[in-house]
Amino acid sequence: MSTNAMIVAFYTMMRKEVVRIFRIWSQTLLPPVITTSLYFAIFGAFIGSQIQPIEGFSYMQFIMPGLVMMTVITSAYAHVSSAFFSAKFMKSLEELLVSPMPHWLIIAGFVCAGVIRSFLVSVLVIIVALMFTHITIANMFIILAAGVLTAILFSLAGLLNGIFAKGFDGITIIPNFVLTPLTYLGGIFYSIELLPEPFRTLSLGNPILYMVNAFRHGFLGISDVSLWVSFGITGLVTLILLLLTLWSFSKGTGLRS
Amino acid sequence: MQSPAIELTNLRKTYRKSGKGAGETEALKGATLSIPQGEFFALLGPNGAGKTTMIGILTGLVVKTSGEVKVNGVSIDEDLSLAKTYIGVVPQEFNFSLFENVQDIVVDQAGYYGIPRDEAIKRAEVLLKELGIWDKRKDKSMALSGGMKRRLMIARALIHKPAILLLDEPTAGVDVELRRGMWKFLRELNEAGTTIVLTTHYLEEAELLSRHVAIISKGNIVANEPMKELLARHGDKKLEDIFLEMTSDDPTP
Ligand SMILES: Nc1ncnc2c1ncn2[C@@H]1O[C@H](COP(=O)(O)OP(=O)(O)OP(=O)(O)O)[C@@H](O)[C@H]1O
Ligand SMILES: [Mg+2]
Repeated sequence: MSTNAMIVAFYTMMRKEVVRIFRIWSQTLLPPVITTSLYFAIFGAFIGSQIQPIEGFSYMQFIMPGLVMMTVITSAYAHVSSAFFSAKFMKSLEELLVSPMPHWLIIAGFVCAGVIRSFLVSVLVIIVALMFTHITIANMFIILAAGVLTAILFSLAGLLNGIFAKGFDGITIIPNFVLTPLTYLGGIFYSIELLPEPFRTLSLGNPILYMVNAFRHGFLGISDVSLWVSFGITGLVTLILLLLTLWSFSKGTGLRS
Repeated sequence: MQSPAIELTNLRKTYRKSGKGAGETEALKGATLSIPQGEFFALLGPNGAGKTTMIGILTGLVVKTSGEVKVNGVSIDEDLSLAKTYIGVVPQEFNFSLFENVQDIVVDQAGYYGIPRDEAIKRAEVLLKELGIWDKRKDKSMALSGGMKRRLMIARALIHKPAILLLDEPTAGVDVELRRGMWKFLRELNEAGTTIVLTTHYLEEAELLSRHVAIISKGNIVANEPMKELLARHGDKKLEDIFLEMTSDDPTP
C-alpha cells in the first residue's frame, strides 16, 4: 500500500469513528460528564470544603486531575474494546481484514479513535471542573504527554480485551474487576503520603498511580512519585501492550481461523 | 505469458479447535487449481466441502496450513497486501455493520483500499444504481431485505475495481427476477474483463454462467474442466446428476 493510500485508509477509519462518537453522543460523551460532575459536587464541593488543603491546594483542585484521568482511562478502554468487539461480532471487522491495510495501521486506527474520544470527554470534564474550581496549569506539555500516553495505553488494553473477548460480558469483566478498583486506589482522591504501611508501598505497584501523579504534576506541579518514573512506567506498559497487540494480529488470534 | 488470476498448489487447511475436546477438521486436503485471467469459474461442492475455506484463504481471513497461493502471480506469503488489492469478495455471510447506512458502507470500504472519498462517492453512485439499491443509500443496512443485503455486498466488493471477484453463494435467498438481473450484471462484468469465481448450490445457475467448473468434495477437487466438456463426457446426464455422482459417498449409480 502506498503512503497516500494509507493516509486515506487511516482518515476513513477516523472519520467513521468521529461521526459515530457525535452521532451517539448521549452514550459516548454525556455519561462521563454526568459522573464527574457528581464527583466534583459531592467530593469537591460538599465534602471537600471540610478537608484541609493538600500542599496548598484545595481538595477540589487536588482531585480534579485524577478525575479527568479517570475519564481518560475509562473512555479510551470502553471505546476501543466495544468498537472492536462489536466489529468482530457483526463480522464487519472483515471489511478491514480483507483490505490491503497493514495490521499496524488497523491497530493505529482503533487506538486513535480511543484517544480522540477520551480527548473530547476530558475537554468536557475540564469545562465542568471550571464551574467548580479555579484550574492552575503548571506545565501544559506534561498534561498533554501524560494524557495522550495514558489514552494510548488504555486504548491498546481495550483492543486486546476486544481481541480475546468471546462474548459481550468478556469486555465488562476487566473494567469492572480490575480497572475500577485500580483506578479508585490509584491516588485520585488522596495523596499516598497519607496512607499507612503497607498500603503506601502496595500502592506503588499500581501503574495507574503513576499516570494520575504525572497528570497532577502537569496541573499542580506536585506529585507523590518522580515524573521520570511515571513516564518510564507508562511508556513501558504501553510498549508491552503494543507488542502484544501486534503479535496477536500477526498470529491471527481471535481474528482469523 | 500472463500469470493466472488464481493459482493454488497443494493447498491444505486443517482447522484446529482449541481447548478441551480439541479436534481437527481437514477442510482442504491438497487442492491444486489454476484459474486463467478473464475466466468465469464455478466452484461447486456440497455443504462443508471447503469452498468458503478456499475463498477465506484467498482473502486473508483464513490462514492456510500449507501449500502455495498466488493471485495475479503474487504469492500471498510474499505480499499479501498487494494480492488483496486484486480481489473483491462477496462473502457467504453478511459482514457489514448493521448500524451504518448503505452508502457509507460502500464508500468506507473504498477508503480502506486508499481510494479518496470524492472518487469513492462517484463510484458508489454508479454501482448502487446498477445494482438497484440507490434509493436505499441512506437506509441503515439492517433495514434492507436479504436480497438487497447481497447486492450491497456486491457493490462493496467492486468499489476498488478488482481484477478478480469471488462470490460465495451470492444468489442465496434472492428471488427469481433479481437473480436474473444479477446474472446479467455478472456476465457483463465478466465480459468487461473481470475474472469471476462463483460458488453456488444452484447448479443450473453455474451451468448457465460459467465456462469452467471445479467440483470439490470433502476437501478434494474431484473435477476440474470446461463446463462443456464435463457435460459432454457424461452424455445426456444433467449437471445435477453428475454432481451427485461425483460427490456422494454411495458409489451406486
Ligand atoms: N472457523 C472454523 N473452525 C473450524 N472448522 C471450520 C471452520 N470453518 C469451516 N470449518 C469446517 O471446515 C469444513 C469446510 O467448511 P467450509 O465452510 O469451507 O465449507 P463450504 O464448502 O463453504 O460449505 P457450505 O456450502 O455449507 O458453505 C467444514 O467441515 C467446516 O465444519
Ligand atoms: Mg461456504
